[in-house]
Amino acid sequence: MAYIKLLNEELPGISGLLTNNPRTAAPLLNLAETLLRGSSTLTSGERELIASYVSHLNGCHFCHTSHGAAAAAHLGCDLTIIDDIKQNFAQTPISSKLRALLNIAAKVQKGGKHVLSEDIAAAREEGATDEEIHDSVLIAAAFCMFNRYVDGLGTWAPEENEAYREMGEKMAFLGYNRPR
Amino acid sequence: MPHISLPDHLPGITGLLEYSQDTAAPIRELTQILLRGENSLTQGERELIASIVSHNNGCKFCTSAHTAAADLLLGESETCELVKNDLENAPVSDKMKALLTIARMVQQSGKSVTPEAIAIAKEQGATDMEIHDTVLIAALFCLYNRYVDGLASVTPTDPSFYQYLGERIVNHGYTRLPQGYDHLKKTDK
Repeated sequence: MAYIKLLNEELPGISGLLTNNPRTAAPLLNLAETLLRGSSTLTSGERELIASYVSHLNGCHFCHTSHGAAAAAHLGCDLTIIDDIKQNFAQTPISSKLRALLNIAAKVQKGGKHVLSEDIAAAREEGATDEEIHDSVLIAAAFCMFNRYVDGLGTWAPEENEAYREMGEKMAFLGYNRPR
Repeated sequence: MPHISLPDHLPGITGLLEYSQDTAAPIRELTQILLRGENSLTQGERELIASIVSHNNGCKFCTSAHTAAADLLLGESETCELVKNDLENAPVSDKMKALLTIARMVQQSGKSVTPEAIAIAKEQGATDMEIHDTVLIAALFCLYNRYVDGLASVTPTDPSFYQYLGERIVNHGYTRLPQGYDHLKKTDK
């Protein structure tokens, strides 16, 4: 049970918090929609992978699994990608540009100052643009917020990957501003 | 030097928010609601939360800006200084101490927040809404601090810059200036 009283205790993770707090929910969802589904030269699948990876590094099971499921829906791949994200993408073929951006995201997760000029230069060498570097940093920073919101208020989360399949499809195809 | 090409005349967060206005809009709106919206915590108390989190994240720009805002709202600078460096002895209510302790835990990670810390805040009279807002403000500054430092935006060293920024925060809030920021471009050549 969450640390604060929620209108609907059955809603897991951020869902219960958003339903409880419509005023802050609107900008939070708009931010997720813009970052993960807005126009970008990174695909939504790639951006969901960054979100899921950072959430895993923050130990946030709900965000790691739900955004991993959203990535799987975008990429048309199996939910086992959720487990592979924890193995630093050992099985998933990802571009060297995305790998360099994931490295920057992991540094952001530790703290903004951990991002070094070398990390940025390595991403540029793989063809990353200013916008792609910006978006990777901001997605990582935003999930350092979302993860803390979800876990800092002690929300519950389903355990199994399978429980997130439908949620991930909705996030991917209907978006974050879908009617709830 | 910033890691990406940002407007020269806008150091810190402002240049980032102008660089990417699509993402800035919801970030600004969330901040305005949390720090300036109607709330049983005062604006000064909420700026203390922003300050302690930014301080513990080692983000000089955000710490200086929100300390300036807190000082203006509280009418003195001792409280924010002690909150950041010696919370136990800071001249704030026991409820605020409990909420600032939760904020400090959120800064470390969501999972660091303990049921005991929540129970203490409730014992001191904190409402569920106050606990919610404290956690979300602390989480939001974990975003800001990483955004500002992760892209190595410019951190001015002149204290008068933060005095100006604190005044802008207190007098205008967190929404985009209606006239934009071109008036801040240096005209001397």
